[in-house]
Amino acid sequence: MTEVSDIEKILSAARPKAIAALVRNFRDLDAAEDAFQEACLRALKTWPVNGPPRDAAAWLIFVGRNVALDTLRRTRKEETLPSEETISDTGDAEGRIVEQLDDAHYRDDILRLLFVCCDPVLPSNQQIALALRIVSGLSVKEIARAFLVSEAAMEQRITRAKRKVGVSQVPFESPGAVERSERLAAVATVIYLIFNEGYAASGGSAHIKAVLCEEAIRLARLLLRLFPGEPEIMGLTALLLLQHARQDARLDADGAIVVLESQDRSLWHSTLIAEGLALIDKAVRHRRPGPYQVQAAIAALHAQARRCEDTDWGQIDLLYGTLERMQPSPIVTLNRSVAVAKVKGPAAALAIIEPLAPQLSGYFYFFGVKGALLMQLRRIDEAKVAFDHAIARASTAAEADHIRTQIDRLISESKKAGATAMT
Amino acid sequence: MQYAILCYHSEDVVCSWSKEEDDAVMFKLMVAQEGFAKAGKLGPIARLMPTTAATTLRKDSDPPLVIDGPFAETKEQLLGFYIVDCGSLDEVLDFARELARANPGGAYEIRPVTFFQSGTASEAGAA
Repeated sequence: MTEVSDIEKILSAARPKAIAALVRNFRDLDAAEDAFQEACLRALKTWPVNGPPRDAAAWLIFVGRNVALDTLRRTRKEETLPSEETISDTGDAEGRIVEQLDDAHYRDDILRLLFVCCDPVLPSNQQIALALRIVSGLSVKEIARAFLVSEAAMEQRITRAKRKVGVSQVPFESPGAVERSERLAAVATVIYLIFNEGYAASGGSAHIKAVLCEEAIRLARLLLRLFPGEPEIMGLTALLLLQHARQDARLDADGAIVVLESQDRSLWHSTLIAEGLALIDKAVRHRRPGPYQVQAAIAALHAQARRCEDTDWGQIDLLYGTLERMQPSPIVTLNRSVAVAKVKGPAAALAIIEPLAPQLSGYFYFFGVKGALLMQLRRIDEAKVAFDHAIARASTAAEADHIRTQIDRLISESKKAGATAMT
Repeated sequence: MQYAILCYHSEDVVCSWSKEEDDAVMFKLMVAQEGFAKAGKLGPIARLMPTTAATTLRKDSDPPLVIDGPFAETKEQLLGFYIVDCGSLDEVLDFARELARANPGGAYEIRPVTFFQSGTASEAGAA
């Protein structure tokens, strides 16, 4: 007797493979989802009694295809004159059932499915929603909660996205090497965005958001299993594992943000960190550095420091410099300034970020960093202004609270300073 | 006689356990091992990281080839092993059945050991 909760885990683990193969079969997202759904219902009926099959994905694909063919046959009987097209389509589909499913097939099927969800015609929030719905199989309700929108709005967003992506526009032949690596890069970006949505939290409670981080890690591991020799996919997976390892230390009991420096490092997940470090080790051997590997290396330096004061800020500064050259962006420079402040002092860091003001004027974190640097330089009034800007741009209550704590500290310190001056 | 119990399970499923679920399984396994541990029959135990962390050295070529990923692509993956000291295969099977109740799904392959050396590495080296 197998527990239903175990079966649900097996079904959700088999989902990307099964849906991907069914999409190849039906060339239609909705048809593939319906067939998968029907196959899952049958699995829930028979598996508790017979035990799950050894290859759950193959079982679901086979049953899903048969169910869909039955439906097709039934509808055909009702039609008076079947069009020739339908007949030849069915023949084709039956032929494909016999086709041996090997891992190479699965690999390109899953990559294609992910790639369809990452269609550049979609804005990134629709890409994420579509990937979570189709590939991960999260319910519309779960996705809606994570994005802080109503279920109806999310349903609409996903339907619209489905309509826009042309499954048929992505060729079904095995892609060439260049095309495959382009698809891989696009898919990696969406996995990264899913993680960020969960990690950086554009609103919403931490608990709901963790689902997104876990889902992104699952997808990254899946991608790495399909492409075991890609150093950037190793880097991406390592980066997500290392960031997620800090999950339990990032918010305190009241849900307030705990900055890296003040985190209780005993709460970091050592197994996730170890796995991340192992993947970086593997990636480095390839001597093909890329942005994910560099970011993972930065996260690894933080993860390896037992205490904050043990952090190798000099190395982190160098790595951010490398990242700036690979992928110039004001956000990367802003992040580097934190390391620069540690190595060369707050004045040097401030000099780096001041030119970024026009580009980052809407960014919470920019004003947070600026305020903290000004505070260190004892430029209290300017720090207050920066923190006020930060609060106005905070997207979660925790972010705003974090800045308010800093302001409170400023006020109490300036009072103390005032008291000292008077004596 | 010493036996190795090689633990195979779907890593997709195992990796999808939440920390709480994982902790609960590990605790149940510890309880299942207690009898053997007290009787001095329990040797080293190892849990392996997912196969994505694996590297394979193919030594059928010269120089050996380093390949990312596990040696064998299987439906269930080798995710850990036990070494136990038992009087008979039946005794190992009973022990394996107890482990299976604590952690259902997958399979245990039981292989008699012909050579065993406890080694010099310390536990502290593991993640």
